[in-house]
Amino acid sequence: MSLTASPPAFSADQLAEVRRLQSLYPDRRGALLPVLHMAQETFGHISLDVETYVAGLFGLSAAHVHEVVTFYTLFFQEPKGRHIVAVCHNLSCHLAGAPELLAHLKTRLGIAPGETTDDGRITFQAVECLCACEAAPMAQVDDRYELNLTPEKLDRILEGLR
Amino acid sequence: MAELVLMRNFEHPASHTLAVYRQHGGYAAWEKARQLEPAAIVDEVKQSNLRGLGGAGFPTGAKWSFIPKNHTGPVYLVVNADEGEPGTFKDRYLLEKDPHALIEGMLIAARAIRSALGFVYIRGEYVQPWRRFSAAVKEAYDAGLLGHGFDVVVHRGAGAYICGEETGLISSLEGKKGWPKVKPPFPAIKGAFAQPTIVNNVETLACVPPIVARGAAWFASLGSKTQGGTRMYSVSGRVKHPGVYETSVSITLRQLIERAGGVSHTGRLKAVVPGGGSAPILTADEIDVVMDVDGLKAAGSMIGSAGVIVLDESASIPEALMVLARFYAHESCGQCTPCRESTGWIYKMVHRIVDGHGRKDDLDTIVDVARRGAGTTICAFYDGAVGPYISYIQKFRQEFELLCRS
Repeated sequence: MSLTASPPAFSADQLAEVRRLQSLYPDRRGALLPVLHMAQETFGHISLDVETYVAGLFGLSAAHVHEVVTFYTLFFQEPKGRHIVAVCHNLSCHLAGAPELLAHLKTRLGIAPGETTDDGRITFQAVECLCACEAAPMAQVDDRYELNLTPEKLDRILEGLR
Repeated sequence: MAELVLMRNFEHPASHTLAVYRQHGGYAAWEKARQLEPAAIVDEVKQSNLRGLGGAGFPTGAKWSFIPKNHTGPVYLVVNADEGEPGTFKDRYLLEKDPHALIEGMLIAARAIRSALGFVYIRGEYVQPWRRFSAAVKEAYDAGLLGHGFDVVVHRGAGAYICGEETGLISSLEGKKGWPKVKPPFPAIKGAFAQPTIVNNVETLACVPPIVARGAAWFASLGSKTQGGTRMYSVSGRVKHPGVYETSVSITLRQLIERAGGVSHTGRLKAVVPGGGSAPILTADEIDVVMDVDGLKAAGSMIGSAGVIVLDESASIPEALMVLARFYAHESCGQCTPCRESTGWIYKMVHRIVDGHGRKDDLDTIVDVARRGAGTTICAFYDGAVGPYISYIQKFRQEFELLCRS
């Protein structure tokens, strides 16, 4: 990271989208979560600088935005991997072998849940119920639900992640 | 077998599209409802005995009637699609396979409560359901179904179980952390953005078009004495065919497990979580219970979101409680002290027992702590944790004691 890195900023089109989202709600603050999703997609994660920038778009304090960002599990305050592998470890998945999947991933990736591989490829998480219990054990890999997993099936999925 | 009401369209190819939904009679109920007075729609839903299918089981028509009659400002309809109760996956199916059923239900509900703006709060992890539902909303706008007196905003959550609690959901929708609010005032009086608001579950609203189309008496007759209709039971865990099963709410738990192919693994039933992770557990001897709101209540448990998790003889009850206790510790929003502190400590204690370092006294301590905190918090989250803590230990104490070293 360069010392002269420019502060985070949305493009003109994105700013128009921010205004559109804000106009959908009786109080523009309702658009905070959607705009934070946009910010994370744009900047990779939501740093303190991004929080301050987003706060400015809403006339909110940076403290309020920080409170929101830290409350939700899908917002990352630190750089995350290029891919997210989130294995459900709630009851139905637990009964169907989630502990074995988690142990397998720990060995295979050499990291614990919550960590990212050194090459920045994968962030590995153990998460609460993703509500696909009929296909347990399962995981969310980026946007997709991967169902009825086995260690072998998970390995094949990992190989496809660049 | 009862006829399919909610899953009637699931088998049609491209069931999620407007064209296919219309081919099978979609939006006819809305055409009928728009000729009715709002009060007549509320009455019809009251007569149908429809009860909320998200968890609380509150009568839907009665909830709608709580909007103040003299209110002249905006009224909001909020759809709770923040499905997150462990063992529940029905709303995902509805959003993906029949999104227009929800939109039609929203149109009718909005007319009943005189709302011009609806929000659909979809859990952040449901990316595909969110895309699918958003596409259906766009179709509905393009066809002129939306945008003429009623608008819909699709809102993505960002990962927090507590936002499934209706006032936590409202806080989140307002751009805050999802802290539940003190009731009263109830949302129908002062909800989202401080205006009267009705929060309904996805499946609840999907029941509304069939009620309007075929009549309250028909819907009521499908169910039990105090609850109308069918509902979608999510069945998982140790059964041969896990999945969503739609059936009359008068089915028994034993019949439902049979519908799902019976018990897998050892083939011998040990226990069942009948209504999502927060429901007190039932033993193998307690499954002749009727799976409606009042049946489960009488059995000392709750139907909740109708997420049924089956545990066979080889499943460990202490491990199951540890997994759920971890969930409650992780998801407690931190607002109320009894919940924030107890969920963390109880998880540590159950974990210690499962690891073989517990004492029998710990079991009494957990039950005591759980009891003291029950009913002392702003929302029902902690009570939902207390049910499992106490019932798992009381009904399977021996199994816990075997793991204790003293």
